[in-house]
Amino acid sequence: MSMGGRLATVLGLFLVAVGLVVWGVATLLTPGVPGGVVNFTNTQAAGQPVNLTVQTVGAIGFGSHPTWVSYLVKDPRTGQWIHDTSWKLPANTVINMTVLQFDSGSPLRNQEWGQVQGTVNGAATLNGKSFSVYNSNTGNGVGHTFAIPQLNVSVPLVGVNSNANVCGAGPCQLSSPHNVETFSFKTPGPGTYNWQCFVPCALGYLFGNGGAMSTQNYMGGELEVVG
Amino acid sequence: MTWENSDTTDPHHLRRITVIWLVLSIVLDLLYWFLVGPHVPPGRMTSTAKADQFDFNVLFVIALPVLVGIWEYMAYSIFAWGSKRKGVPEPVGGPTAAGNKKTEVTWIVITSVVVLLLAAFGTFSVVTGHGSGGGEGPNPLWSPAGSVKAETAALAGTGSWAPNTGAVLPVQVIGQQWKWTYRYPTFGGFESSQLVVPNNTEIEFNVTSLDVIHSFWAYQLEVKADANPQQNNVAFTKTEQLGPFVVRCSELCGIWHGAMFNYGKVVSQSAFMTWANQTETANAANTSNLPPFAWTYVPDANGASGGYYPDGKLTPYSTVETYGSKQPGS
Amino acid sequence: MTLSAERPNEVEVYSHVPPASTGATRKKGRGWLSQHVGTAIVAGFLGYIFGHWLGNMISSGYTVEVNTGQNSIADLLALVFMVLGWLIGIGALNYPLAKLVGREPSSSTSSSAPTLEDDVGGEAKVDGELEGWSRYFRYNLDHKVVGLQYVVAVLMFLFTGGLLAMAIRTELLNPTTHVFSADTYIKIVSEHGTIMMMMASSVVVGPLGNYFVPLMIGARRMAFPRIEAFSLWVFVAGYMVIFSALPFGGFPTGWTGYAPLQTQAGPGMVSYLFGFFVIGLGMMAAGFNLLVTIINYRAPGMTWSRVPVFVWSILATAALLTLATPVLAAGGLFGLLDKTVQTAFYVTEHGGSSFLWQNLFWFFGHPEVYIMALPGFGIVGEIIPVFCRKPLFAYRIAAAGMIGVALLSFFVWQHHLFQSGIDPDMRPLFMLTTELISIPTGFIFLVGMGTLYRAKIRFEVPMLFCMAVYFNFLIGGVSGVFLSDVPVNVTVHGGFFVLSHFHYTIMGGLIFAFMAGLYFWLPKMTGREMNKKLGLWHFWTMFVFFNLTFFPMFFIGLLGQPRRVFTYAKNLQALNDFSSVSAFLLGLSFVIFVVNLMWSQFIKPKKAAANPWDSLGLEWQTATPIPPHNFDRIPVIMTDPYHYSEEGAPALAYFGEDDHVPVRSGSSTSGDGPA
Ligand code: HEM
Ligand SMILES: [Cu+2]
Ligand SMILES: [Cu+2]
Repeated sequence: MSMGGRLATVLGLFLVAVGLVVWGVATLLTPGVPGGVVNFTNTQAAGQPVNLTVQTVGAIGFGSHPTWVSYLVKDPRTGQWIHDTSWKLPANTVINMTVLQFDSGSPLRNQEWGQVQGTVNGAATLNGKSFSVYNSNTGNGVGHTFAIPQLNVSVPLVGVNSNANVCGAGPCQLSSPHNVETFSFKTPGPGTYNWQCFVPCALGYLFGNGGAMSTQNYMGGELEVVG
Repeated sequence: MTWENSDTTDPHHLRRITVIWLVLSIVLDLLYWFLVGPHVPPGRMTSTAKADQFDFNVLFVIALPVLVGIWEYMAYSIFAWGSKRKGVPEPVGGPTAAGNKKTEVTWIVITSVVVLLLAAFGTFSVVTGHGSGGGEGPNPLWSPAGSVKAETAALAGTGSWAPNTGAVLPVQVIGQQWKWTYRYPTFGGFESSQLVVPNNTEIEFNVTSLDVIHSFWAYQLEVKADANPQQNNVAFTKTEQLGPFVVRCSELCGIWHGAMFNYGKVVSQSAFMTWANQTETANAANTSNLPPFAWTYVPDANGASGGYYPDGKLTPYSTVETYGSKQPGS
Repeated sequence: MTLSAERPNEVEVYSHVPPASTGATRKKGRGWLSQHVGTAIVAGFLGYIFGHWLGNMISSGYTVEVNTGQNSIADLLALVFMVLGWLIGIGALNYPLAKLVGREPSSSTSSSAPTLEDDVGGEAKVDGELEGWSRYFRYNLDHKVVGLQYVVAVLMFLFTGGLLAMAIRTELLNPTTHVFSADTYIKIVSEHGTIMMMMASSVVVGPLGNYFVPLMIGARRMAFPRIEAFSLWVFVAGYMVIFSALPFGGFPTGWTGYAPLQTQAGPGMVSYLFGFFVIGLGMMAAGFNLLVTIINYRAPGMTWSRVPVFVWSILATAALLTLATPVLAAGGLFGLLDKTVQTAFYVTEHGGSSFLWQNLFWFFGHPEVYIMALPGFGIVGEIIPVFCRKPLFAYRIAAAGMIGVALLSFFVWQHHLFQSGIDPDMRPLFMLTTELISIPTGFIFLVGMGTLYRAKIRFEVPMLFCMAVYFNFLIGGVSGVFLSDVPVNVTVHGGFFVLSHFHYTIMGGLIFAFMAGLYFWLPKMTGREMNKKLGLWHFWTMFVFFNLTFFPMFFIGLLGQPRRVFTYAKNLQALNDFSSVSAFLLGLSFVIFVVNLMWSQFIKPKKAAANPWDSLGLEWQTATPIPPHNFDRIPVIMTDPYHYSEEGAPALAYFGEDDHVPVRSGSSTSGDGPA
């Protein structure tokens, strides 16, 4: 082979290698779920409280892990349920959360998460009734928590009766049994804050914390707070 | 030395190197000890921070001459013996160049002495309580006076702590994926996600985990102890300054390991007392849902609904209640 | 002037190959239908499919697998059969299987190439060709082919790991804004660390050890050529297994794989555990083979006091590979059992212990750390005398240092667990043993510094890399003393200080030494020179940016940043950014290396002299390219290979009656004339 030929071969192989790498990075390192961030800025006039509605579902029913438990969020513009736990929120704004809890519950591993913490006025409402401590050893127990550790926000999401006709695949309709919880918290200054569930709810994983609990877009995500 | 004198026209390299080394080492060591040493992280907030900073500085003044020595020697050899330099004599091979008893023995003796001294110094430090901010398992080598009493009382549920008594304050640190919570056995065993400790007090951290291994790192307090499931890992420190400090997890524990941090604070003893009493009252309802205070807890290894081990309900090999769940099964 | 120029009869020296095997009878028709990498890939793929199907079939009703929606049994079996398929496809099992059923496959290769063993009376046959480039894609038993194959394999590991490192540093550009999601970031860090550690355990032993140990001890081959080839192909299989962690969703534990997080993780963890098992097989095989070779295949006269230091270092490393790796392999199997059939070796609540994995892992892991240091010591010890034109200073001390390090390395593992809650009575002991190890490590410095003394140093690229090894390893070693001190360990454990420490020893030590070795020996291995100008660019960028990348990490660690985190304190951003930018430039330095490699080895190769550096080592006393049998007559060794600048030094070796042009005695620096 001539020198030009060799040069071309090496360069060609190199380009192929680079292409493979870029492809590999793109496919392997980005989760295979609807990308991007759900944007809640500009849904209200600046400074006005922002409404955010989520639901929890015992088995999401679609995607790469249909059996996994998951949160779904309502797109503020289209009203569709989307499987994405990264949300863009305005800074220093009150967020009014509504959680539709379609999943059943159990006693908490750590009762600390039975307390409502870090919300506006330190309480939340369960089906319209205000509460600040929930004893998960009674009733249907707690299914999930919505917690933002860095902001010290933590709210127990009370489970539905597991003997009832629990919704088996998301997105769940309001006709399925569910609890409605509401609470508000205030976003801090700009930055990224993670949120997660503290109920080890990943079926089949040791301590219940693998799988859905360890993968973004299921039981935890990020709040991108922008100024 | 023989190989030094073999060529009388040659400058006395070793002597020159030694002199430069001595001067550099002494100057740098002094500069370090007085200018840098007192500011070495993590500062001087607690007894263990101070002690470990001292140890760090001692090691540093020993290390500096070693670094300086080798680097200086290498730099010297590059300049003096580079083949491009004019007048570098041809090297002499043969047995004299292939080894030199005196140099070898000197080297071995010096390194051995330094190393043994370091080990002796380290051992002495450890026995006298330096490094007691590191987790030592349930039976620490060194523990402050009164800690055994405090432990026994804490476990029996009879512990108490009050300002100006000089009593040891036990604080339990519970790691779980992915947050730290703290229990105060001397205040009814309430649990909080805030870490507040009194100043001028010997604190006994009892670190454990409800799931995987974490590591409790209270940075400014110079406390670092792994949180293991089923183990009480004890670390001590005595607070000496007021102020906030950072708590991070320093053992990889899964997805949110990087976010597993919070801020604690050291407050005055009376302020602490107020905080603790208030929190005890405020959390009373929740405290009654918690299992009794213990060094370790058996979490439901199956998870709330995890079910990794097939039997589904309580941990099969344990008759103990699982942490947090007072009603059997989930 | 080079050695080959003085040896006009060099070609003749090596023309004593028995006539029957001079290549005329090379087997024809081993086309692309016979076994090679391509068939191995196909067979591996089929194995993967089969294993996955089998796993799904036998465990489809298994609650845990059903509940998780991820079947780790299927994933494990898929990987097991993939590796098996790969080995079958490459032809690794042809001989053992045939032998097992009583049929030596000699008939199939009887007309094939001359075999190494024809000459040495061995029973084994070469499976691949002896010549032609296609042998590099086959199961070849020539240690020189395997050595070069290993070069490609470790570079593949190194570059994959390096790209992941770039990803890590990209994420750490900003303390709170994230490029990757949290799970992806942990996946990247874990994959980077594991790939790098796997690479580093073989980076010198595989390529340079296999290639040069026989040449340096005057042997014609390795003791077990099949095991040598097996270790390579299994190493490559290990790459595929550990890489499979990414499509499986990655594993969250870092390279240390601590249980019970390990037990909790998804199927990517299976790739980690089985990957280390597979890599472990290769490490054990390579180590065992080298150990036996060095002990038994030394040429007459190659007494222990004449063995080159590089061989000493490989001997010590091989012993560690053979003795330490089984612990990891067994530990990994326990973990696999925990993950697939719910045993509880590492789950405290069910009668196991999370400390068990920590101890097993580090009982392997610490010797592993020296597996990643000793070969580097050997390389610098071998190269420095050549460029100093002086004998290696205190040869015995060098050998003693390596053996000492190897022995002590089995007694220090708990220094990784000082804050873990192990029995505190052990802490002074492990502090002592750890600090003791700096004595034999110090020997290596004595040897290097003594050799530099009043030398005439030629700053060729390999020599520069060697000097850098001393510079970097000094920082790495001294920071290690801080880590070994129990009180100071409280400050520095689990943070960026450790991170910097081990990058200084592994990357600054071993990888720099590997580069020294490549620049030094590639001319012998390929017969082609490396470009010096590009080499200098590569060296200086790598040296400068390596230090700029990792030195700030000591401060980052002291200021409180734990390892493996995606968020850090805002006041550490400047240092982190500095480190990241330097890391990207360090990455570019590797690009220069690749360009150099491609340019001077493939695009515009320049023929290298047989002994371009004018070395006295036995490996340089053969022709380039090295004849298939290394030495036509096994040389009789007369002395050690370090008699530089010595008047009337004895000849290194005696090559036979008709070859009495002796090896140069090395009486002068400029290489003129035999003594
Ligand atoms: C291109 C040069 C490299 C850069 C910029 C680099 C960078 C990094 C960084 C930033 C981390 C730590 C992330 C963290 O813990 O937060 C890391 C981890 C690590 N690196 Fe490297 N690295 C490089 C090369 C290497 C090499 C050559 C080796 C070994 C031969 C290596 C072995 C490791 C290991 C074992 C870890 C630990 C992973 C873990 O925590 O489990 N790295 N590297
Ligand atoms: Cu949950
Ligand atoms: Cu952690």
